[in-house]
Amino acid sequence: MTPLLELKGLVKHFSVKGDLPLRTKTVHAVDGIEFSLTSDESVGIVGESGSGKTTVVRCVMGLYKPTAGDVCLHGKSVFASGERRRLLRHIQMVFQDPGGSLNPRFTAEQIIKEPLVHLTRVSKAGRKAAVRELFQQVGMRDSDLRKLPHQFSGGQQQRIAIARALAPKPEVLILDEPTSALDLSLQAQIIALLVRLREEFDLSYVLITHDLAVVRQLCDRLLVMYLGMPAEMGPTETVLDSPKHPYSRALIGSVLVPDPTLRDPEPPLRGEIPSPTNPPAGCRFHPRCSRRLRVCQEFAPTPHRVGDTDVWCHLYNPEGEGGPEEEVSIE
Amino acid sequence: MRPARVLSPQEAARREAESQRLQRISSRRLGFSRVVFRQNPVSTIGLVLVLMMLLVAVIGPAVTPFPPNATMARNRMQPPSSSHIFGTDSYGRDVFSRVLAGARVDFMIAIASVGFAFLAGSLVGAIAGYSRGFVDTVVMRSMDVMQSFPPFILGMGLAAAIGPGTGNLIIVITIIMIPTFARMVRSRVVSLREAAFIDAARSSSVPRWKIILVYLLPNSIGPIIVTGALDMSYAMLNVAGLSFLGLGVRPPQAEWGMMISDGMNALLAGDWWVTVFPGLALFLSVLGFNLLADGLRDIMDPRMRR
Amino acid sequence: MTRVLTVDGLRVAFFTYYGVVRAVNGASFFIDRDETLGIVGESGSGKSVTAAAIMGLIDSPGAILGGRAVFEGVELFELPEAQWQSIRGHKITMCFQNPMRALNPVLTVGEQIIRVYHRHMGVSKKRAWAESVEMLREVNIPDAERVMRRYPHQLSGGMCQRVMIVMALMCSPSLLILDEPTTGLDVTVQKQLLHLLKTLRDKAGASQWMITHDLGVAANLCDRVVVMYAGRVMEEATVEVLFARAAHPYTSALLTSIPQVHRKDELTPIPGSVPESLNLPSGCPFHPRCERAMPICEEDTPEPLEYAPGHRVACHLYGRGGEETP
Repeated sequence: MTPLLELKGLVKHFSVKGDLPLRTKTVHAVDGIEFSLTSDESVGIVGESGSGKTTVVRCVMGLYKPTAGDVCLHGKSVFASGERRRLLRHIQMVFQDPGGSLNPRFTAEQIIKEPLVHLTRVSKAGRKAAVRELFQQVGMRDSDLRKLPHQFSGGQQQRIAIARALAPKPEVLILDEPTSALDLSLQAQIIALLVRLREEFDLSYVLITHDLAVVRQLCDRLLVMYLGMPAEMGPTETVLDSPKHPYSRALIGSVLVPDPTLRDPEPPLRGEIPSPTNPPAGCRFHPRCSRRLRVCQEFAPTPHRVGDTDVWCHLYNPEGEGGPEEEVSIE
Repeated sequence: MRPARVLSPQEAARREAESQRLQRISSRRLGFSRVVFRQNPVSTIGLVLVLMMLLVAVIGPAVTPFPPNATMARNRMQPPSSSHIFGTDSYGRDVFSRVLAGARVDFMIAIASVGFAFLAGSLVGAIAGYSRGFVDTVVMRSMDVMQSFPPFILGMGLAAAIGPGTGNLIIVITIIMIPTFARMVRSRVVSLREAAFIDAARSSSVPRWKIILVYLLPNSIGPIIVTGALDMSYAMLNVAGLSFLGLGVRPPQAEWGMMISDGMNALLAGDWWVTVFPGLALFLSVLGFNLLADGLRDIMDPRMRR
Repeated sequence: MTRVLTVDGLRVAFFTYYGVVRAVNGASFFIDRDETLGIVGESGSGKSVTAAAIMGLIDSPGAILGGRAVFEGVELFELPEAQWQSIRGHKITMCFQNPMRALNPVLTVGEQIIRVYHRHMGVSKKRAWAESVEMLREVNIPDAERVMRRYPHQLSGGMCQRVMIVMALMCSPSLLILDEPTTGLDVTVQKQLLHLLKTLRDKAGASQWMITHDLGVAANLCDRVVVMYAGRVMEEATVEVLFARAAHPYTSALLTSIPQVHRKDELTPIPGSVPESLNLPSGCPFHPRCERAMPICEEDTPEPLEYAPGHRVACHLYGRGGEETP
């Protein structure tokens, strides 16, 4: 089965103003992300701030042009000239801030209609009917079509954004933190909606989030990112239940479970994420890793297969090269 | 820094009633605006003044007791009387009629100039803000050059270059007011272009021109409506000022600035009415716009809305 | 055990152009010495406004309509101004949301901390500096001397939060209020912060009042939890009891609806959405969304009752004529 979406060696660097005039610094936002997505699965990308997950999806959407590497949809590059418009019909995105992603001066109807106007050739009457139907499918009432964004609650704004994304009937839907801005009692509603829509519209989700619980609900596979590089990728259950990469372990171990009997006082990871303008050499996680080897300081790891997961970590290199493990006490 | 206090039941009831009353008002049409004006007596005064002067401008010339340009040599320099309530000027023309006629001229030129500057400035600013790079640099540095001159001096220079006359005056004043609008819109657009709904528009393949005109511009003009109101007052002062110097409207057209200038010499002789009455009219109009701008700012402020 | 803070029947409203926003409608709870109380709620629950009221931060168009707050035996709402200055910012301190924005952007971190210390404790600036550096080290800020000379925008969110905690704890308060201290922080940083707060509580002996919408935070840090909804207290219990045997339909619905990281459950969403404080439902504010609503729930607002020792619920199911008994 040809993969629906492929990321090949995706690299994105930004030039920003440096500390001195006329000097520029490079932000190494993403350095080498590879994965492919088939049409019957959903993938989650998790990471903390500076991990580069948002940059990755913006490249996928064509909002950024990668510094190196490629993004392919049905085998064709998203960045080939003239292709972008055609490709946008297949990939759409639901943005992080539901209120901010809706034009404050457009009615809900106008907002959902927009992609139909510019990405499809549906007639005016057809558009009106399509908008009405989408609105109902995301659980909103017809009478609300003429309201402005500020008249809706956060959860409703999110539904409008989802309806808009579904208008051109895409195959891939990118969801950027779909539940983070919502009240707790609404999160399950949106998750349930997303599960239902995936069935009805035959979608594949690419979900970006820092909330691992949502990933467990919605994704088949999971990619953990750290400072622009992949750390671990595999089936959601495997990665969440038995993480292999030291960072994945620390991340999953840091999640606060709403169950006081599972309290675990010791934080597994100390310190903070370094700046992406000056990433550590070799494996970017090595300064904070409690199990680092000498090789980790010099060489960036390549993926090693462990069971059904890929781990970018020298510890799992089957050739077992590299010196003795440094016993490091973490500050 | 005061400590927390519980409201007395009477005070609480009073404030509750007030809030309910305001809620009823604000739920009616244009509700929020009405509430703002109620709470803000000063801007209500401004609104009243402006509306009054606008009325004068519209119907004034039709109700002048005397033709504004009719000279009557025997009635020269008459102080205010029952037949000439504002007196007559050095040509025997009725000052009151000229003030009424002048209202239309001043308002029309000011409104036209601000209107054109608003349109041109906003468009230019939006294009510069969205395009960034070379286009942005060229446009904004041109604005810088224009703004490096004190506006009135620039106006004088331009007016001297292209000559007096009503049409030319509109052109001159429009030009000197474009940079303010351009700059304000550009800065709004620069911050707005990173907003999620712009990304969403790009993801829907919305063409660039539509993003600028339909997405960015309407969401950027809020603050400049206030500037627009304030600028009306500057525009009127510029019209009057340039005409005062002889660089604006051509005589014998009645216009407040020119009238003030005409009466200057007489003022020293004690004949105050030729200068003071047009001056008063100008003062009230400018004051009205300034006070109105205050109220408009409150309406436009997103935090005051829900 | 002495009560550090007792709040009784607090009511706060905001008189706006659009009507009256009833932010807090009769909240009562207490905090004991050496314990961490968590107040959990969604948007509109009134949890932040409650803290603001205690701290005297409610300003026009808001006002406190009723209730009492007793801090270490002192009635806060009847305090003369002079005494107020010695309590607020000194004996009761607060850490705000958005640490980077809560700090003064034009002063260095050091200058801000010293001001607090100098003002309330009256020590010399030199000594204040030394002790501030010491405290920064205690909250695990590396290179404390250098950080003292930095501006807030040069520090990360996690560091700013720790600076705020230092400022709050410098004067050895009896009560530390934390408003959403972990919101916006990375997961690993959150965990470190909570660990720090626990250590500090054991060391400094200040009670903590944690305001959060995150049930995970509440479960991991708090001894007792109060659940608020639309300005009212819905349930109050120890953390173990609340999570294992929640009595109020809102609490139990919430617990079954949130996704868990360690298992994939069939989630049951709660229908509807949080009511607007301008337009609260009559009777029990949760009744429009409650599975077990009865006719009385629409007419009569339930008051919190003692369902079991140390466990209060505001729900008609547990009142007289209700279905449940402890």
